[in-house]
Amino acid sequence: MDLYRSHVLVCGGTGCASSESGRIIDNFNELLIEHGLDKEVKIVKTGCFGLCEAGPVVVVYPEGAFYSMIKVSDVPTIVEEHLLKGRIVTDLLYKDHTTSETMNSIDEVGFYKKQRRVALRNCGVINPESIEEYIAFDGYQALGNVLTEMSPNQVIDIVKRSGLRGRGGGGFPTGTKWEFTQKAVGDLKYVACNADEGDPGAFMDRSVLEGDPHAIVEAMAIAGYAVGASKGFVYVRAEYPIAVKRLQIAIDQAKENGLLGEDIFGTGFNFDMEIRLGAGAFVCGEETALIASIEGKRGMPRVRPPFPAVKGIFDKPTLLNNVETFANIPQIILKGAEWFASIGTEKSKGTKVFALAGKINNTGLLEIPMGTTLREAIYDVGGGIPNGKAFKAVQTGGPSGGCIPAEYLDTPIDYDNLIALGSMMGSGGMIVLDEDNCMVDVARFFLDFTEEESCGKCTPCREGTKRMHELLDKIVDGKGTMDDVAKLETLAKTIKGASLCGLGQTAPNPVLSTLKYFRHEYEAHVLDHKCPAGVCSALLQYLVVPDLCKKCGICAAKCPVNCISGVKGKEVYLIDQDKCIKCGACMDACPFKAIKKG
Amino acid sequence: MITLNINGFEVEIKEGSTIYQAASSIGVKIPTLCHDERLKPHGSCRICVVEVEGARSLVASCSTPASNGMVVHTESESVITARREILDLMLANHPLDCLTCEKAGRCTLQDLCYQYDIEESSFDGKKKKYEKDTSNEFYYADQTKCILCGKCVYVCSQVQNTDAICFVDRGFETHVGTPFDLGLAKSTCVSCGNCVAACPVGALMPKRKEKFRYWEIDKVKTTCSYCGVGCQMELLVKDNKVVEVEPVKGHSNDGMLCVKGRFSYDFINHSSRLKKPMVRKNGVLEEVSWDEAYDVIANKITEVKESDGADAITGFSSARALTEENYLMTKLMRAVIGTNNIDHCARL
Repeated sequence: MDLYRSHVLVCGGTGCASSESGRIIDNFNELLIEHGLDKEVKIVKTGCFGLCEAGPVVVVYPEGAFYSMIKVSDVPTIVEEHLLKGRIVTDLLYKDHTTSETMNSIDEVGFYKKQRRVALRNCGVINPESIEEYIAFDGYQALGNVLTEMSPNQVIDIVKRSGLRGRGGGGFPTGTKWEFTQKAVGDLKYVACNADEGDPGAFMDRSVLEGDPHAIVEAMAIAGYAVGASKGFVYVRAEYPIAVKRLQIAIDQAKENGLLGEDIFGTGFNFDMEIRLGAGAFVCGEETALIASIEGKRGMPRVRPPFPAVKGIFDKPTLLNNVETFANIPQIILKGAEWFASIGTEKSKGTKVFALAGKINNTGLLEIPMGTTLREAIYDVGGGIPNGKAFKAVQTGGPSGGCIPAEYLDTPIDYDNLIALGSMMGSGGMIVLDEDNCMVDVARFFLDFTEEESCGKCTPCREGTKRMHELLDKIVDGKGTMDDVAKLETLAKTIKGASLCGLGQTAPNPVLSTLKYFRHEYEAHVLDHKCPAGVCSALLQYLVVPDLCKKCGICAAKCPVNCISGVKGKEVYLIDQDKCIKCGACMDACPFKAIKKG
Repeated sequence: MITLNINGFEVEIKEGSTIYQAASSIGVKIPTLCHDERLKPHGSCRICVVEVEGARSLVASCSTPASNGMVVHTESESVITARREILDLMLANHPLDCLTCEKAGRCTLQDLCYQYDIEESSFDGKKKKYEKDTSNEFYYADQTKCILCGKCVYVCSQVQNTDAICFVDRGFETHVGTPFDLGLAKSTCVSCGNCVAACPVGALMPKRKEKFRYWEIDKVKTTCSYCGVGCQMELLVKDNKVVEVEPVKGHSNDGMLCVKGRFSYDFINHSSRLKKPMVRKNGVLEEVSWDEAYDVIANKITEVKESDGADAITGFSSARALTEENYLMTKLMRAVIGTNNIDHCARL
């Protein structure tokens, strides 16, 4: 292997790739050849670094220089200054949001300090399209150990003792699931990986598949050995083209190297796997709907029992785990159950990856030990709320999760605590809301999603989410009554209690949690006809403050519907409320802050 | 066998039974719109929810296995609240046209709304509206009335094995349709009408030749005369005229019929239908008694057999006759008349 004096890691995740990281890589390679550096410096296209806010990200080792928001036009500067002359380009380095301090090295960045990377350990570190790099980072060693030194029962015992719980949201003990599948009777068994990540804003599974696909291949083979399966399916959304491509490369490389297929490591164990593409239905993340989809049927959940461990794909016993769950497996095998169990809380072991989004400085992916408080995740890792705004709530668990208010910020994150607060872990979405977010509107936003994504099978979910959405529409339009609020609450409880699958059972969570913690906002909409956050346009009025108006007429000129009248220089301007479409253009345009929203 | 408690009564039932089956076994009626013993439990309508002590939420009795020591309440307050709310939701998306609906009097939704005192829906939002599909000769589909219980789809795929219809679209837009919504006439539908028989509401209805109400008819149970399977069915009779045919759960048909048994009953009331034997006398067909007709047949057969031998005679039997009748026909030809010339219309 060639030795390089410097490695340039360029993020090739979906976010950075959309911001032309592919062209950045090409440009680096061209310039290295031009300067005769191509034998000294190596460009590596990695998976996601997590700090998507700063993308496209380029990290130069050995210094660890963390260049952020790099454009193609910045590449010559980095090559000529840093790589050729050894001078770090300070202007392009990442600056901390809160302190505006320039970070010389990736190790100094606050975003990474409280993180502990297990599932994401190789993301942003190795080239995901190279099996050699994965192997260099202990890849396939766990599979080797398992196949040559351990019995299936020993493997299951380790997973059970580690305390790992399902990372797809359910939180079911993984080892127990493996044991159920192992004990189920069947001439054929399957291992399946749920990569149908559908929560808006969540992309941890995509990141693992894009950044470390071999970890999934290895973990599924280990699972196959433990439960007695020789065939695996990965169900990935077709909207993840980079993930699909890299996973296929990983599967092909593993086959070429004898790490998948027949007689793996000469032990007589056979395991093969293939990818099945999902067509973008959220409900296919539900295990029985996913299985139906793999079988080529319409993706609709079915009643349980029988559980997939007993009757899964094509009615055969099937082990179904989420991407992030699998990503932990090789590490648990290599480092031991005790090591994994030492991280986290009493009932939730290990780390969890969250997708931090919304009103937060460091939008991106973070992996933190279970038991980290919401405050640490949002302020220490996430860098707090931008523009000095006040925190209002954090929505966890995707569209089926709940909104947690400020008074619970010091709650340690684990499965049980989040459920106790009326939310859930889900797949790890974490959307931060500030004072400018209307909680009724937030609940409506999520209902809009679940209503569309309901599979239509059972009555409470299909009809009920529609009616909840309509009631919320009525309330944000200022036409709601307190009876409607009461009806909304009763309906939400019925849907939660009577729906067939997890989608319907959790779809009312955004409504129930906002009613629990932010009922006053509902009351303000209904009783006072006001939206306290100033979001719901039907309840808004844009008004000119006469004392501040300088009669300049800029507002009238900007108004797209000509509803502002006045005489330039002589008269205070007036907004015709009947014609106003509440676009806010006048307020943005007024140089004297003479237009207020209320 | 396992033992559970339903509404205070001990029930013993074999392992693997559902709560619904356990309740039915002691005569406790749990309402349902989507349940059908012939289908894999699918738990779609959720009307059959019951309360199980210690369970996280209400459970669908049609698809939840009964377990030892389980304590079930089928009409508790929370159960009734949930059922009323679900009916309310169904009615919110269902036309209130019971006055003119052909299903009136035999509509499960109507019956349940009556049972649980749901006069009208408390929701006043969007209602679905679909064009009626009248392209099939024998029945029509009115998706506007469909409550999406799924029985038609599953009967078609699991019992009839035709797979002509399926769910289309998602969420509130979900409806039952044919591939690409091209309509029933262009689908693989064989017009058996078993979906029509399964529909609990007026979404799938036979095309009627005359108006009638279900409370006006008398039922006559009979065996289908079209073939030898012996399907059981009921003739719905109004003013001495057959106006509809419904399948009955019999040993050989399990509640199924085919297109002929289900829809081809016109001949019963047809003016040209033969009701008595006829013999041609002097070139004119005349009604005669059965005794006279048998005499004519026996005499002719004897005559031919004597003059030209038994092999001059051949017998053709019918697929409309029962297996037993076909057996007797064979016996008649081979043992009584003495020829092997016997065949069947299905080979013609």
